Amino acid sequence: MDLNYSPEELAFRDEVRSWLQAHLPRDLKDKVAGYAHLSKDDLLRWHRILAKKGWVAPAWPKEWGGTGWSLVQRYIFEEELGYVGAPPLIPFGLAMCAPVLLRFGSEAQKQRFLPRIYQGEDFWCQGYSEPGSGSDLASLKTKAVREKDFYVVNGQKIWTTLAHYADWIFCLVRTDPNTGRRQEGISFLLIDMKTPGITVRPLILMDGAHEVNEVFFDDVKVPAENLVHEEGQGWTVAKYLLGYERMNTGRIGESKRQLAALKEYSQSLQGDARFRDRLSRVEVELMALEITNLRFLDRMRRTGQPPGADVSMLKIKGTEIQQALTELMMQAADPAAHDEFSVAVRKKYLSMRKTTIYAGSNEIQRNIIAKMTLGL
Amino acid sequence: MNFDYNEEQQLLADSVRRFLARDYEFEARRKIVESEAGWSPRVWATFAEMGLTGLPFPAEHGGFGGGAVDLMGVMEAFGEALVVEPYLPTVMAGRAVARSPLAGAILPALIEGKMKLAFAHAERGSRHELAAVKTVANKSGDGWTLEGEKAAVLGAPAADKLVVSARNGDTVELFLTDAVQGNSYTTLDEMRAADVVFKNEKAQALGGGVALIEELTDFATALLCAEAVGAMKFACDTTLEYLKTRKQFGVPIGTFQALQHRMVDMYIAQEQARSMACLACSRVDQPGDRKERARSVSAAKIKMADNARHISQEAVQLHGGMGMSEELKVSHTFRRLTVLAAQFGDADHHLARFAAL
Repeated sequence: MDLNYSPEELAFRDEVRSWLQAHLPRDLKDKVAGYAHLSKDDLLRWHRILAKKGWVAPAWPKEWGGTGWSLVQRYIFEEELGYVGAPPLIPFGLAMCAPVLLRFGSEAQKQRFLPRIYQGEDFWCQGYSEPGSGSDLASLKTKAVREKDFYVVNGQKIWTTLAHYADWIFCLVRTDPNTGRRQEGISFLLIDMKTPGITVRPLILMDGAHEVNEVFFDDVKVPAENLVHEEGQGWTVAKYLLGYERMNTGRIGESKRQLAALKEYSQSLQGDARFRDRLSRVEVELMALEITNLRFLDRMRRTGQPPGADVSMLKIKGTEIQQALTELMMQAADPAAHDEFSVAVRKKYLSMRKTTIYAGSNEIQRNIIAKMTLGL
Repeated sequence: MNFDYNEEQQLLADSVRRFLARDYEFEARRKIVESEAGWSPRVWATFAEMGLTGLPFPAEHGGFGGGAVDLMGVMEAFGEALVVEPYLPTVMAGRAVARSPLAGAILPALIEGKMKLAFAHAERGSRHELAAVKTVANKSGDGWTLEGEKAAVLGAPAADKLVVSARNGDTVELFLTDAVQGNSYTTLDEMRAADVVFKNEKAQALGGGVALIEELTDFATALLCAEAVGAMKFACDTTLEYLKTRKQFGVPIGTFQALQHRMVDMYIAQEQARSMACLACSRVDQPGDRKERARSVSAAKIKMADNARHISQEAVQLHGGMGMSEELKVSHTFRRLTVLAAQFGDADHHLARFAAL
């Protein structure tokens, strides 16, 4: 048993850390640290800086721009991105659409989309949830009817993150409403957001931010060549994505940075044993999660297998920790203060409630572990 | 980075587990607990044959020079089986002796399984403050005499000698004495302990100080975390089994989501505690940096204490009335986890220490 990174891995971490510190623009770093709104330009600027360095899609195959790093190196890189306080890399293109295309896409689809995702030329969003289909995703109703060389799409998606920035959306749609199992008859379509018949309507969340949207499809004509994998195989594609690259759902690096910021920000509460103990418990929980995360990584490395269903615990614990940190941050803020940062801290608390709901609510994650790992 | 036991560690843990499964199942253990001595000489002899009594001691005295990570799998197995033999007290006191001039005189017998020790440090009211020692050592001719009282000395009733902390002027040092008699009693978790009163008892100096006591306590705490992981594993496994077999309303109660989610949280709590036990055992094996060691051990103990409480309480609750019954092992595991959570300092104690580091 050896919990330490190897000297080579430590050297890699140092290299990544110093490069990120040198190349993360000051204004972006400040925005992230100040919980400020990040514009589309902000997100793309950072994306392109990493793309230029060749580090924007480490997990991709080398021929498409991947770095060829080991699992551990990729994990270190993601942790360092969080730790340095970089704007998030929006996952819809890089970590969701691209892996699907690499696994199921045609050669033409790969050639057409992957380079543009890599360079940040196309901004992607994800069309999964519908008003009646949240946790129960397979009940989705948005339908696509084949007419010659097109699918005609009608329906509605909801909670579509950054749809108002997006050039493209990948969607789960129902191509056959008359199958026995609801998971059958679903297909995976790539849709150009400029296509006539698409309407994006903002959904403002309780922190006042415009992040998510409703997307309406009204007789939207999608070329049949934008179907990924076979018609009716969309659920297979979606399930593949769920198992892909879930090693960073714990967001260890990001939480470490938040913890350090919290310690700095809560200095005036240092003598308060009640606050101090709450903070210590979160810190201990984060230490435990980091080691649990490394244990998963080590298991994957040894077995060469993707993580099992129990990897869901990283999402559960990681989001609980993120929420606890923002809650303590809000508590640390002077109740009488109304400066920009204090207000941002309170809004961040509001905003972070989403983390235990999105990407498979924590209750769904518990269902997954209960069924797949514990056999209940 | 590697979280596996090496081959030797795995083989040892497996053979200990096999022995306990065969000779230390619940009924066999009950007989040991109810016996007059409260421990089994036969079991102890087997531990010695397997090399457990030699594992954490230097090779020059016949040991194997092992550390906490080498003992992790063994401690987990002990936790699963609820072993009551005074292994940890012997290891802790033995490692104090190993650092003293008396190592050569004591350790060979200990390693052979012919001697057991206990670590007499805590006093009434000291509440885990390591420097709060009132027992006094006085110089007497070539040797020393002890005056004072040690409380709840785990393993003392079975011990041949005690390692005792006592004040020598301004410093706290360790001493070895044959005076082991005290009012012995059975602890909440069915082990044997004693309050030991020293009135002019002869002792030999081992040296050391509060720093050594802290190091030994951190080492023992790390092992305790590993033992707790084993007890948690049993509590989780047996509760999961119960959810799958116990039927109410015509179905296994494990089909109810309210119970499934609680079971999942127990499972996650066990994994988080295991991660921290790995951290604590690895750190106490790395010499040097006292602060890093203390931080890791206290963090692990906080997690262990919190999760031991969570898991043990949920295990009893999900078993319903049966969980309360003395007839089921899970209620004995509850008792063990309750004691483990507080031993060497509860969560509050370690939260204060963690924050001060």
